[in-house]
Amino acid sequence: MVIEILLTILLIVVVFSVIMLHVAYATYFERKVIGHMQVRMGPMRVGPHGLLQPIADGIKLFFKEDVFPETADKPTFYAAPIICLVAALTSIAVIPFWEGMAISDINIGLLFILAMSSLAGWGVVLAGWASNSKYAFLGGLRASAQIISYEIAMGLSIVGVMMMAGSLNMSEIVKAQAQSPFGIYAIPQVLGFFVFLVAMLAETNRTPFDMPECESELVAGYCTEYAGFRFALFFLGEYVGMIVMASVGTICFLGGWTGPFEVPFFPIIWFMLKVYFLIFFFYWVRATLPRYRYDQIMALGWKVLIPLALGNVILTGIMKTFVWH
Amino acid sequence: MLTLPQFFFIYFALAIIFLAGMAVNVRNPVHSVLLVLAMFFHMAGVYLMLNAEFLAAVQVIVYAGAVLVLYLFVVFLVNIKEEIRLKRFIGSYTTGRVITIGMLATLLAAAWSFKLGPAGTWSIEAVREITHTRALGIEMFSHYMLPFEIAGVILLVAVVGGMALAKKDRNRATTTEERRALMRGEELGE
Repeated sequence: MVIEILLTILLIVVVFSVIMLHVAYATYFERKVIGHMQVRMGPMRVGPHGLLQPIADGIKLFFKEDVFPETADKPTFYAAPIICLVAALTSIAVIPFWEGMAISDINIGLLFILAMSSLAGWGVVLAGWASNSKYAFLGGLRASAQIISYEIAMGLSIVGVMMMAGSLNMSEIVKAQAQSPFGIYAIPQVLGFFVFLVAMLAETNRTPFDMPECESELVAGYCTEYAGFRFALFFLGEYVGMIVMASVGTICFLGGWTGPFEVPFFPIIWFMLKVYFLIFFFYWVRATLPRYRYDQIMALGWKVLIPLALGNVILTGIMKTFVWH
Repeated sequence: MLTLPQFFFIYFALAIIFLAGMAVNVRNPVHSVLLVLAMFFHMAGVYLMLNAEFLAAVQVIVYAGAVLVLYLFVVFLVNIKEEIRLKRFIGSYTTGRVITIGMLATLLAAAWSFKLGPAGTWSIEAVREITHTRALGIEMFSHYMLPFEIAGVILLVAVVGGMALAKKDRNRATTTEERRALMRGEELGE
């Protein structure tokens, strides 16, 4: 019993470190990808090809002064970035990286992730309110409306996968997927996959849906008043959120840890490649598309994505009952 | 010596009571909503202990993730600087206290006559075997099909009603200028 608990804690520490390393280099990857897409070099100064840049950034953020706005609401202001990061990190616990390798392989894995992603919205909203600044507040309000709207689309887009796999457990979904005719659900669930990809961008507040932080009109949105490491917590939360969403996409639509052939000694390779591809997709979209207007975001969410996802659910139901049976 | 489940139950129960009490007592409505959020999480914990994992997830997604955020929107509209300085009790608060204490006494008196009901088909083992989500689905779409559909229709009515209320007269405007004028609250000229 005690040894089991210690082993789990060790596993958590290992996964946490790996994820944090990924977050650090996701920022580097982002700057490089966007740099090259805009015919620039990206970070080049710190280390060879700027490879030590994320570490320099981390040290800089860590040693910056912790500024606290005088009129801010203290407990809420302190709690908000922590809620953001904790919600994102907790989701990692239920993600299976390869067969049998998840910190906690629970039966309601997918619902758990949806629950945690809705909690991450709280961090943003509270940060906006607690800062007592109009830019932050507007950012927070935009975030809450956006996250609520796109959460519905995201939940509905995964329903098709749940119906096909007959389970909410993420490992079971991957196993059911491996036995399906195409091997990945992205082909039969192409509508669901599309809705998921768009909702994924909106849920993590990435361009073209980055209205909550929207530099050109809101300074930095909800994290305007945050400095130093408290700002870094938001930043970490956002990138962990991206990794979580990319993992969910990989597991639900791209076949999880399964691949064209088995790789001995390194079973995580396919999972990693697929997650990296989806993270690249985030940056690709960011470098390509301009930001949406706020009413366009709402109209897209409610009038296009939710009906599409609902249609996908009905279609999947019909197919499952009459065709694939 | 407490077993682990007992320890957790006592923790959740005390935390729920404490957080609910605090939520009523703090002056700042946003803090109130935050305390209710924490309370919802502890309730989800109790559901988990009862093997109702689906209910626990739905509790967090629907109540913590959606309903409470809408509450937060409403609270944001309140002027908090004034709210904090308001008098906390209205004149008739003694009557309220008497009624509350009476209800508490009734509840406590009723608690003594609690008896465990007969066991149904869904014992803990049966639920664990096919998982709670599936058990709930089977029950809901077989035995409770009609109530489920009726609840769905009622919710649909509420949605349509909400849309009808929000839409108002705005469909009278045909051009963008007219629509803007309506948004400003001006009457349209014939």
